[in-house]
Amino acid sequence: MLRQVEGSRAVADAVALCRPEVVCAYPISPQTHIVEALAAHVKSGRLSPCEFVTVESEFAAMSVAIGASAVGARAYTATASQGLLYMAEAVYNASGLGLPIVMTVANRAIGAPINIWNDHSDSMSQRDSGWIQLYAETNQEAADLHVQAFRIAEELSLPVMVCMDGFILTHAWEQVDTPSQEEVDAFLPAYEPRQVLDPADPVSIGAMVGPEAFTEVRYLAHARQMQALELIPDVASRFAEAFGRNSGGLVHPYRTDDAETIVIALGSVLGTIKDTVDEMRRDGVRMGVLGITSFRPFPLDAVRTAVGEARHVVVLEKALAVGIGGIVTANVRMAVTPERVSTVIAGLGGRAITKASLHRMLADAIAGRLEPLTFLDLNHELIGNELARMAAGRRSGPMAENLLRDLGAVASRIG
Amino acid sequence: MFEVRVHGRGGQGVVTAAELLSVAAFLEGRHAQAFPSFGSERTGAPVVAFCRIDDHAIRSREPVVRPDAVIIQDVTLLHQVHVFEGLRPEGYLLVNSTRGFDELGIGEFVRDFRRDRLLVVPATELARQHVGRPVPNAALLGGFAALSGRVSLESVTTAIGQRFAGRVAAGNIAAATAAYEFVRAEQEEMRNAQAG
Repeated sequence: MLRQVEGSRAVADAVALCRPEVVCAYPISPQTHIVEALAAHVKSGRLSPCEFVTVESEFAAMSVAIGASAVGARAYTATASQGLLYMAEAVYNASGLGLPIVMTVANRAIGAPINIWNDHSDSMSQRDSGWIQLYAETNQEAADLHVQAFRIAEELSLPVMVCMDGFILTHAWEQVDTPSQEEVDAFLPAYEPRQVLDPADPVSIGAMVGPEAFTEVRYLAHARQMQALELIPDVASRFAEAFGRNSGGLVHPYRTDDAETIVIALGSVLGTIKDTVDEMRRDGVRMGVLGITSFRPFPLDAVRTAVGEARHVVVLEKALAVGIGGIVTANVRMAVTPERVSTVIAGLGGRAITKASLHRMLADAIAGRLEPLTFLDLNHELIGNELARMAAGRRSGPMAENLLRDLGAVASRIG
Repeated sequence: MFEVRVHGRGGQGVVTAAELLSVAAFLEGRHAQAFPSFGSERTGAPVVAFCRIDDHAIRSREPVVRPDAVIIQDVTLLHQVHVFEGLRPEGYLLVNSTRGFDELGIGEFVRDFRRDRLLVVPATELARQHVGRPVPNAALLGGFAALSGRVSLESVTTAIGQRFAGRVAAGNIAAATAAYEFVRAEQEEMRNAQAG
């Protein structure tokens, strides 16, 4: 049914249609609305049988999901930001054990300084945890990716993280088509675990593995992610057959065929970039966009094919690897000639990414003026002030507080 | 594309106003996108919410920086937040107040605006009367429907009815309807004054 609905609610409804048997969660913005809605579904009996476990921390949330999945239950949780960091040890355990848990990450910055707004620092910090990572462009795709995620996870025995931009998607109301229970049941087979803790047929899961086999266990994890490169597009095309719309897959190329410049990005900013590129196309600029939906596994071949002969690739990323630059960029540079690739760090801690800023940056890119590493809309005056304070004396004080004092009124600006 | 920005303070239903407006537009078969300005939503803190309405799918997710309409739920923000940023003289401006633009100190600013697209509505008073609480959002949506003609009053009240139940729904629908009629009466008076 097509509805005008909040993104969090659309995702919760899609997850409920997947019939998870255990949902565990600890509240953290901007993920909270999702699990609140799921809790309501469990309470009302609409999602049944399902046990909703309110836990004492994110570490416990993932630990409960691991236990539930190990006994053969379909398990789901959601988190964001510091919550994801707090569960990090268990995140690695879930993938290392091969448990097909599905988790939503409502992308949010990581402190300090504390910041509740959107960027990709949280999920990017777990990019090598062994989880599959899918990034949603719209709320429709976010909802659809969850249905696909359970199928991918369970077929491969690997956990899947569905990443959706916090607030920008989770709190946005737009139209989302939610399928019927019958349609989702027909698409998503019952969970048939490869391994299960069953008193009637006892096994142990989680053996200590020494040097004799640790590399082989890791190799097999990598091999399964390489299998996912085949499975993810296959599931997306089956989804398109069943539901009549394109969601998921490895990449979303947009007007890339004849493009001389291609902008690569993940998540909800793709819409703003596409609008900007359309405007530039009207002025005769041959520019395209490549959305990466699957960041893990990273689709080297699909990226290489989509970039083709384009002369310049601009990777716009919402996370920063402090001390080196772009995280997505480092991956893209394994797919295409590194010299062609520039990094633009944008949208950190919720800074709005506007079409006006994108126009300015892309005009620089076309003119060959774009630096290898650019911070979009960087306030140089603010930085200069702090550097001057630091140069003036040893006790320059706390940096974040200094910058806020310089800025004066908080929340007076729109964009 | 028609873009609306709603300014108010935490607790005044700013975010809900944008959401309800998006639902009203959706009910009329249009594409709509509503989202808040993502602050830590503390009671009394400045809050901004946005709504875009179009005949096509809306892809851009930047904040509304060039609004076609601005709704101001709390006039104490007028000189604190850049509420008029990007608003052009042909834009719509709806302010929750019992005072006129001159009295509010923005008479000079709106001098070049189209007079028929500017209005103050006593939304807080209407809310007190019909809802029993000073929550001006539903009333302002009713007023906005009349001022802009971009959504019908019926769609606004249907959206309110889908979101709330019982007395809360009935009160907010009554407040929206009263504000709609208030704006219609003001428009009629303005037309008569011009004709006279």
